Amino acid sequence: MKKLLSVLLCAALLLSAAAMLSACGGSTLTLNVYNWGEYISDGSEGSLDTIKAFEAWYQENYGQKVKVNYTTFASNEDMYNKLSSGAVSYDVVIPSDYMIAKMIEEGMLLPLNFDNIPNYANIDENFRGLNYDPENKFTVPYSYGVVGIIYNANVVDEADAVGWDLLWNEKYTGQILQFNNPRDAFGTAQYKLGLDVNSTDKAEWDKAYEELKKQEPLVQKYVMDEIYNMMEIGEAAIGVYYAGDYFTMLDAQAEDVDLRFYQPERTNYFVDAMCIPSCCKNQELAEIFINFMLSEEPAIANAEYIYYASPNSVVYNSPEYQEEMGEDVMEILYMDVDNFKTLYNQYGFLNQSNDMLSYISELWHKVRN
Amino acid sequence: MKTLSRIYTGLILLFLFAPIVILIVFSFNGENSTAVMTGFSFRWYKELFDNAKILEAVRNTLLLAVSSALIATVMGTAAAVGIYRLRSRYLRAALDTVTNIPMINPDIITGISLMLMFVFAGRLFGLNNSLNFGTILIAHVTFCLPYVILQVLPKLQQMDKALPEAAMDLGCTPLRAFFKVEIPELFPGILTGMIMAFTMSLDDFVISYFTSGPGFQTLPVLIYSMTKKAVKPTIYSLATIIFFVILALLTVTNLIDSDTDKAVKEARKKKKAKKQAAA
Repeated sequence: MKKLLSVLLCAALLLSAAAMLSACGGSTLTLNVYNWGEYISDGSEGSLDTIKAFEAWYQENYGQKVKVNYTTFASNEDMYNKLSSGAVSYDVVIPSDYMIAKMIEEGMLLPLNFDNIPNYANIDENFRGLNYDPENKFTVPYSYGVVGIIYNANVVDEADAVGWDLLWNEKYTGQILQFNNPRDAFGTAQYKLGLDVNSTDKAEWDKAYEELKKQEPLVQKYVMDEIYNMMEIGEAAIGVYYAGDYFTMLDAQAEDVDLRFYQPERTNYFVDAMCIPSCCKNQELAEIFINFMLSEEPAIANAEYIYYASPNSVVYNSPEYQEEMGEDVMEILYMDVDNFKTLYNQYGFLNQSNDMLSYISELWHKVRN
Repeated sequence: MKTLSRIYTGLILLFLFAPIVILIVFSFNGENSTAVMTGFSFRWYKELFDNAKILEAVRNTLLLAVSSALIATVMGTAAAVGIYRLRSRYLRAALDTVTNIPMINPDIITGISLMLMFVFAGRLFGLNNSLNFGTILIAHVTFCLPYVILQVLPKLQQMDKALPEAAMDLGCTPLRAFFKVEIPELFPGILTGMIMAFTMSLDDFVISYFTSGPGFQTLPVLIYSMTKKAVKPTIYSLATIIFFVILALLTVTNLIDSDTDKAVKEARKKKKAKKQAAA
């Protein structure tokens, strides 16, 4: 027993000593990156580990070691809470559009020095100066996507699969999955009715609320990531989710399930962008990191891994990438690449005032009960 | 009646273990799907060991669990001895209650309050990056402590008070008596406490979520962040491995416990026999 204890003790001491050493080893630079989970190419199945590639590339070009501390969050709100607690210091964060607008408003982001980001030239005009950052001072887009409707063609009549109406079709009572978060769920009703998703008129939100209340008896479940499993095994026949994730479900669908995807005329677009928060310790290094992620090889690796569309023209024009994704995928992911700016600025979510947000969440509670 | 109780036991066991069995089965699936089984494969185990991020999170979690369990064990044992030796009964009861607070307190309150304290302390010392390995370690030691104390205190109460006294009569210094006589006597309790602390730390999500910083992400926090996109079967294979490791640990503790129980019983029997012989 005593031997066991002493062995354990020694192991622990060695481990913690090793950790201490690795934490403060010489003149190594550190870069703290905060990103969505599963949102960067990580070297699995022979892909490029872009974080490791950056560390190697930096040492080669600048002669100094850099250690990237890469951590992940599950939602914009998680990330916002962590950053605003004041207890952490991140150098690069990758939130979504409406959260970026909020952070800019609150002075939580630093303006970028684009001299350090020459690869910004790869970003098409269509992805610059979007609503959340109209002067294009704070952000470099990383990935974008569109919301669409996924349905099981073995259950759903092809003729019914048009527009948002499918989500309100009584024929499919108990087969429909709706978003389990207020903004996206209200969005479906607002696009259906042709309302503005960024309206500050409470009466308009009430209309969307009525529509959601009408839908409620038809809905099997309000879901987020549970949707993958439920659609794949055919437990539900109709769902609403992001285009890139449809392909994940398609790959895993059961034998008697035939999943299809379409994009209603008015729908939501989102952009996730790289930014530098005001708690950043080394802005230049952060900018070099952003620049690296825009260069061809890592950008393609990330886009292939994430399976969302990339705003990087080097990526979507690359024959290698197009071949890897396949024609069908390219068509769905990049359907709106040529007039993205107009569509996004019309239908994308903007940040709402706190007053509106609490009104929306009040309505949402009423929908769910 | 007997068959009924057997069915009942079977059902309970089924409910307890069905989810784990399903997880283990799907960890050997060749496809990234819970809908299609394409046959037995080690694909996700292979991918798990190729994934630097998951492995780093595993390493972090283990490092944290081992160090917090060890620190909590040393502090907890010392605290238990201290509480046991208190003269005032009221003070002892009060301290007993206080040490239990981190265990009874909802994790979310412990987590938020610890984070607030770290932020506050960080500001005080002019650091704007106060959350790191140190803070999460302090947090884990905090909630592991009561488990150790709870395991060691009963062993102290069971211990024959005459034992350390006899040691000192025979010329031991109090310190030596403590290490030579008391610690070996308490050892089963200490070990169980340490293993419990280890598993609690391994298991924790809420408190780690609030107290971890940029440089240190534990496995539960990493898995949680994967839920926007679908969680991959690599996590199933990892969960399978963890499940068997914990199972092995539990078996070991139970074996130790039953061993000491046996030893205690035998010692009592001998005592009785001696008394009877003397009478």
